[in-house]
Amino acid sequence: MKWINLIKVALKSLLKSKTRSLLTSLGIIIGVASVIIMVSIGEGAQADIENQISSLGTNLLIVFPGASQAHGVSRGAGSENRLTLDDADKIVEESQYIEAVSPIVSSSDQVIGGGNNWNTSISGASPDYLIIRDWELESGEFFTEKDVRSRRKVAVLGMTVAEELFPDQDPIGEKIRIRNIPFNVIGVLSEKGQNIMGRDEDDVILAPSTTVLYRLKGGRYINMMYASAISVEQMDAAEEEINYLLREAHRIEYGEEDDFTVRNQTDIIDMATSTSKTMTLLLGAIACVSLIVGGIGIMNIMLVSVTERTREIGIRLALGARGSDVLFQFLTEATVLSLTGGMIGVMISFLFAFMLSNFMGLSTIINPLMVFLAFGFAAIVGVFFGFYPARKASNLNPIDALRYE
Amino acid sequence: MKKIIETKGIKKTYRTDGVAVHALRGIDLTIRNGEFVAIMGASGSGKSTLMNILGCLDEPTSGEYCLDGVKTSGLSKNEYADIRNQKIGFVFQIYNLLPRTSALENVELPLLYDRTGRIKNPIERAKWALERVGLYERMDHEPNQLSGGEQQRVAIARSLVNKPSIILADEPTGNLDSRTSIEVVSVFQELNDQGITIVMVTHENDIAQYAKRIVELHDGLIQDDSNVLDRHNALDDLKVLPSNKVNKEIQEEEILKK
Repeated sequence: MKWINLIKVALKSLLKSKTRSLLTSLGIIIGVASVIIMVSIGEGAQADIENQISSLGTNLLIVFPGASQAHGVSRGAGSENRLTLDDADKIVEESQYIEAVSPIVSSSDQVIGGGNNWNTSISGASPDYLIIRDWELESGEFFTEKDVRSRRKVAVLGMTVAEELFPDQDPIGEKIRIRNIPFNVIGVLSEKGQNIMGRDEDDVILAPSTTVLYRLKGGRYINMMYASAISVEQMDAAEEEINYLLREAHRIEYGEEDDFTVRNQTDIIDMATSTSKTMTLLLGAIACVSLIVGGIGIMNIMLVSVTERTREIGIRLALGARGSDVLFQFLTEATVLSLTGGMIGVMISFLFAFMLSNFMGLSTIINPLMVFLAFGFAAIVGVFFGFYPARKASNLNPIDALRYE
Repeated sequence: MKKIIETKGIKKTYRTDGVAVHALRGIDLTIRNGEFVAIMGASGSGKSTLMNILGCLDEPTSGEYCLDGVKTSGLSKNEYADIRNQKIGFVFQIYNLLPRTSALENVELPLLYDRTGRIKNPIERAKWALERVGLYERMDHEPNQLSGGEQQRVAIARSLVNKPSIILADEPTGNLDSRTSIEVVSVFQELNDQGITIVMVTHENDIAQYAKRIVELHDGLIQDDSNVLDRHNALDDLKVLPSNKVNKEIQEEEILKK
């Protein structure tokens, strides 16, 4: 029998019982749709996390002070702080793979300005800070290298601080006081929102690192450093380089432990997305089970159908159909059921994903590979579960089949 | 004349629960091209078993069967299927049309399984076959929209469509009233007059009288094999019988009277 006839015969007998065919495919429809939707929600969540982490900055490397040990007692991160402004300068001057470095000197203080006061964190940084953090100014200007060198008392306000201190006026040109030291407001940062930990990134005042360190905080050591690698590919090389330069600066001998820690943005992303990856896998696996259950549904109905159509099979055999013709007819029917089910499932999943992301604010990413996989799996399920009933049909004896009531 | 069917000493024994049932006990039968043979016999005489063997649906336990010059013993299942497809046309008692499938598609069915490609245009061929049984106008009707006689005529068209060497009809009038039976037989007679060989199993003596030759089976053996001397012409008989339409009108009048 020609394959085109085969498909015609299979399609005709499916169309003869439309409701049943649709209900049989329903298992596959739900299976395929749920696999795709589940995975797309999972991948959407993952992408959200990645985006949030990338919003920390571009190709970001973070250098933290190391942990010290005294008499075998480890005193935790930051207990041995030997990072200085000179370290930051050294990296800027000597590195190949680092585009920009900004030391961070943090302080938390009560700020007075515009007749209001507000407790916020003050970050001393370098002019490259905005590049590293991928942040922009809403208005005004940022401090310059010259401001840093001369420890000028200028401040750039985060959006939250600007709104708290100067709700009704433009803060630029106004004065604020931190620990009774007057600062000129020269700029306002654009809104960044919350970071992944839920902290308000806009609740901050930026000032030159030297100003914060020497005028507000005192001491020699900075809190941490932000650095930006020249490209994503060079992140690892940049990390190596920072390690090398800082060990040299701190005169750490071979075999001794680092007195600092370098965190790579990709490490952070991997860490944060590992949970959601597991969830995606779990959801996908559960959805796969429903796909298999759908396949069993097809087998079930095909078996009923073979019994119900025993006489039809007898007629076909008597008229000269070979066993293989009957086998392929039923196999084709099962496959067509699962493929149409798969196609409808894919369409439903697209519709659902669209609705989820547009009306429920859930981000979904439909992975073409996943669509292909789910569809292919549905086809395999159809062939696999269709084989047994088809085999049963093809092995019927024509005389018995014709006599079947 | 060419031998279409030639059997030598065909025996068929069924075993059920260790008890052997001898359905056929040695059948020697030769049917030549252009014959119209009625096989008669009481139930249990083995006529259905013989029909199944002649139709290559079943294999004899022993003996030889040649169909159109081809020995059928020792063939594979697929070869049997191909013989059924190319050399035999079946007409069954209960029509055995596919439900919810148009008359045309039913008639076309054997051609879907034809691997030789000897019939170039299956749809035209199926239409031609329907025309020969006088149902060309009803080709789009499904079996449940056709009367019993019409369904049987569709089945006859289906048996014709593959240019068979022989048409095997198993009690083709068993489910029909007497007038429709004669109508169906008249189709057979017409086909036979055009040179098609027909073997028909029947237990109705008056239907057998339309054939040219009657073979009587008894307990798995041929008891009698004779030519029909006074062959009836179905068309002539139909003219004498009141039409079904008239019958219906009479019945309706009677209902109205009540």
